[in-house]
Amino acid sequence: MPAEIEVFDLPFLRAQFPALDQEINGHPLVYLDNAATAQKPWKVLDAVAQFYERDNANVHRGIHELSRRATEEFEDARARIASFMNASEPAEIIWTRGTTEAINLVAGTWALDNVGEGDEILISTMEHHSNIVPWQLVAERTGAKVRYIEMDDQGRLLLDQLSDVLGERTKIVSLAHISNALGTVNPIAEITRRVHDVGALMMIDGAQAGPHRPVDVQELGCDFYAISGHKMCGPTGIGVLWARRELLEEMSPYQGGGEMIRIVERDGSTWAEVPHKFEAGTPNIAGAVGMAAAADFLEEVGFDEIAEHERTVVRYAVEQLSQVPGLRIYGPDSLDERSGVISFTLGDAHPHDISTILDSEGVAVRAGHHCAQLVMRHFGVAATARASFYLYNTTDEVDRLVEALDTVRGIFGA
Amino acid sequence: MNEPTLNSLYQQLILEHYRKPRNRAELPEHTVEIHMYNPVCGDEIRLQLRVDGDRIAEAKFIGQGCSISQAAVSMMTVKLEGATLAEADDLANQFVNLMHGDEAAARDRSLGDLRALQGVSKFPVRIKCALLGFDALQEALKQSRLEAPAH
Ligand SMILES: Cc1ncc(COP(=O)(O)O)c(C=O)c1O
Repeated sequence: MPAEIEVFDLPFLRAQFPALDQEINGHPLVYLDNAATAQKPWKVLDAVAQFYERDNANVHRGIHELSRRATEEFEDARARIASFMNASEPAEIIWTRGTTEAINLVAGTWALDNVGEGDEILISTMEHHSNIVPWQLVAERTGAKVRYIEMDDQGRLLLDQLSDVLGERTKIVSLAHISNALGTVNPIAEITRRVHDVGALMMIDGAQAGPHRPVDVQELGCDFYAISGHKMCGPTGIGVLWARRELLEEMSPYQGGGEMIRIVERDGSTWAEVPHKFEAGTPNIAGAVGMAAAADFLEEVGFDEIAEHERTVVRYAVEQLSQVPGLRIYGPDSLDERSGVISFTLGDAHPHDISTILDSEGVAVRAGHHCAQLVMRHFGVAATARASFYLYNTTDEVDRLVEALDTVRGIFGA
Repeated sequence: MNEPTLNSLYQQLILEHYRKPRNRAELPEHTVEIHMYNPVCGDEIRLQLRVDGDRIAEAKFIGQGCSISQAAVSMMTVKLEGATLAEADDLANQFVNLMHGDEAAARDRSLGDLRALQGVSKFPVRIKCALLGFDALQEALKQSRLEAPAH
């Protein structure tokens, strides 16, 4: 154990997360699958429970007291997330099921309306499938072409080749702020400037950034930014698309249904105001309330403190893992260029076998392609094991991971 | 306290088949070829059989994936060579029983090396790994029967 700088009261923090306090296969749980989804603190669990226990009703249009309360909490949550992302106003926050739906919304509305035959959509080989497939669907329907920014051997975008793939045919660029498969942190503000120089729009997949760092959409200067509630300690099934109001105003609706209309007539309808135009049907009200509580929670802990703590744990993890014989870490060498994701392989032990063995010692990691098959192909592997860290992880847990990897080496003779 | 289960999962025989798979080769003369892919984990098996009459004359595979999926298919091909289609069916059924924790299947010597995989039944999320090769086999048997009259 290194001398750890206590940036915050870890035992107290961990006690906020009931799911962390359990044994798995006879060992205290070490939860290192945070890039897939984070555990939930009491603050979020209580907010969701209280909504259902006291205030549950459908939102908008209702006259009765519960409906008023539900609407107020739902719209307060929108305002809370607007300030969380530093949007200019709450109306720029569109509730979605998560990052996936947010990207599909932009692909299915703005892109289908504005991208045509011969146009180009630029993404990268680092992307999560949810930031690849929606664009391929647009390309299929419009005759546009999906182009890729490639990566180097450390899993960093080859930005010196950006001008080869970014040009006047490019209509939209969509990139991960942080890679879920490698942990690479992309210089997204700089890329956004270059994208705007050619007159294209910039969408950022913030699924892995929102949980770890303050997102300031105005400072980034992008056009669309997506986050998922569940990766930032909030509930599943809720997320956000942020876009500038002017864009939202001119965009076509996403799905049709209740809530998103102004007047419905036999021959057509008119749309509700932004943001409701994009929110057909009964929304995930409790989810929104829970996501707002998660934003409160993270800001109360403090993003600076979270970042400092995560850096300590990740630095220690990289040091320790680098000493495990046969272990290879993928992604950037420099800690400044990576977040809390460590993707690795160990000798000829398949990542699934690694994960099963770690699980038998209570250590939860993910194994597979991490919804990033192009990343796996880039590194010539079918799968990796991935340990991903969050604010409640400790250096002791890193030790537990390394010990469990010894068991893997024992079995596989690596 | 969990070592026994882990040891029962990762038997030496399994690791040995994983490292030195039997019948891992192309079979250009195959009469049927089935590609099975598990999109969830990326495990992949291409099973090739040369069926002669109602017998499997040769069985080969190409694959990549975890030790369980690759060892299981390697062990399976050993049992398949020379088996009738009906015997291959029985083998597949008995292996599925083994994966469901069936005790009679665990005692069934006709499963050969495949019995080493009985520990997988205690790891529900890994059962699909062990079954990937058998899924391919069942599909191959189905196709072979459909094509049989044409031969
Ligand atoms: C980088 C990245 N993009 C998009 C997604 C999709 O997020 P969700 O499943 O919450 O829609 C994820 C989640 O795995 C992700 O890590």
